[in-house]
Amino acid sequence: MTQTQGETLKTTPLHALHKALGARMVPFAGYEMPVQYPAGILKEHEQCRARAALFDVSHMGQAVLRGPNVEAALETLVPGDIEGLGVDRMRYTQFTNEAGGILDDLMVTRRADRLFLVVNAARKALDFAHLERHLAPRGCALEILAARALLALQGPAAAAAIARIVPGAERLEFMAGADLRAGDVPVYVSRSGYTGEDGFEISVAAESADAFARRLLSEAEVAPAGLGARDSLRLEAGLCLYGHDIDETTSPIEAGLAWSIARRRREQGGFPGAARIRRELAEGAARRRVGLRPEGRVPAREGTEITDESGKPVGTVTSGGFGATAGGPVAMGYVAPEAAKPGTRVNFLVRGEARPGAVVKMPFVPYRYAKG
Amino acid sequence: MAKKYTKEHEWIEVAGTVGTVGISDYAQEQLGDVVFVELPKVGATVAKNGQIAVVESVKAASEIYAPVSGTVAAVNEALAKEPALVNQSAEDKGWFFKIALSDPGELAGLMDAAAYKKFTEGKS
Repeated sequence: MTQTQGETLKTTPLHALHKALGARMVPFAGYEMPVQYPAGILKEHEQCRARAALFDVSHMGQAVLRGPNVEAALETLVPGDIEGLGVDRMRYTQFTNEAGGILDDLMVTRRADRLFLVVNAARKALDFAHLERHLAPRGCALEILAARALLALQGPAAAAAIARIVPGAERLEFMAGADLRAGDVPVYVSRSGYTGEDGFEISVAAESADAFARRLLSEAEVAPAGLGARDSLRLEAGLCLYGHDIDETTSPIEAGLAWSIARRRREQGGFPGAARIRRELAEGAARRRVGLRPEGRVPAREGTEITDESGKPVGTVTSGGFGATAGGPVAMGYVAPEAAKPGTRVNFLVRGEARPGAVVKMPFVPYRYAKG
Repeated sequence: MAKKYTKEHEWIEVAGTVGTVGISDYAQEQLGDVVFVELPKVGATVAKNGQIAVVESVKAASEIYAPVSGTVAAVNEALAKEPALVNQSAEDKGWFFKIALSDPGELAGLMDAAAYKKFTEGKS
């Protein structure tokens, strides 16, 4: 509702399209972005779970990293297994700091002769400087792809819709990508996303983005969705939002991201913060990110204090809202290890009143990724 | 009596000494999809501008303030089952509560529909 005054917001190549679609634009990470279209967040959320939703994620940072042993070079900054990636396969990992906290989370795709990175909008300037500082001395060159848009087409009907526009995309396996064409327009498509649904992320030249997005929206299954729905969808999928669920103080182990660290990396280390991360893997973390389900209808939002049934503080909500598909409030947050077991009864202090709920397994809505 | 509006986007429509209170159509549009309304208890007393209810939308929790001082006489039970009434019919079926006014003179400080319309247009 509030507009930041006196600062110039950047726009994406789809800005005119958002306006034409009647989007409500808000400042986000230095960009003017659509938080919702006239359908509203609930309907856009349901559109993604039932059919297909198109998101503009062009504010995110896209970059290419080249150099001798570029996979090994990037592994000095992330705990993910990059050397083990096949060509045109992608993986989720994090830039960690020396204290084992998370500088950002990102997607890494191995191309034949380079790595393709997608990082968070709010962190991209820091990430790119971090990469330059540490990897230029290793002979790596970073190319920031500022002139490319990034779209996400997500939902059970996404494959059927994209097949008509980008033939071959529908045959991609989950977490794989390919250079494909939409008519004359070259695109890089991956079968990935951040909603818990099957879907695709499409990197396209800025000048072709508007026509390409309109072409996708002309498909019967597809409707636009904004950042509001993107947030509620990723929350239901139990996925972290940087700056909320993970930050420079939270380790990947505390955040429940140990699955993203392969055994070779755990054993060999060689990434920032390896000491803390390996210790937490062996001994357990001091706090854990968990799924939380408040009873009733009142959401427990970010910052809400969590107590055990006796009233003792055990943690804090880091993301919370209304799960349209889950049919009620959903949240995630950090709790002490003794309160982290699914089924643990907790209270949320909302407006001074203790409201009951429980620690639950995530995701709140089952994943429906494409089966390989 | 015609509806009066506050700068916080509540409306009140008074019949006799009891006013019906809700949020404006402009406010529901700004809030987005409403998923829960926390209503006051019948019998609760509140001073003008005191916090009296909370609207939870998909985006945020927003506090609702009493447009006048008084005692809560009734609440809209339909909102418990169907909070979306606030979006569909903000200034009619989506009313929040009725309040027995303790000082009808307070109404003089509120905006009429034309003034409120002007007020909201100045914001967007």
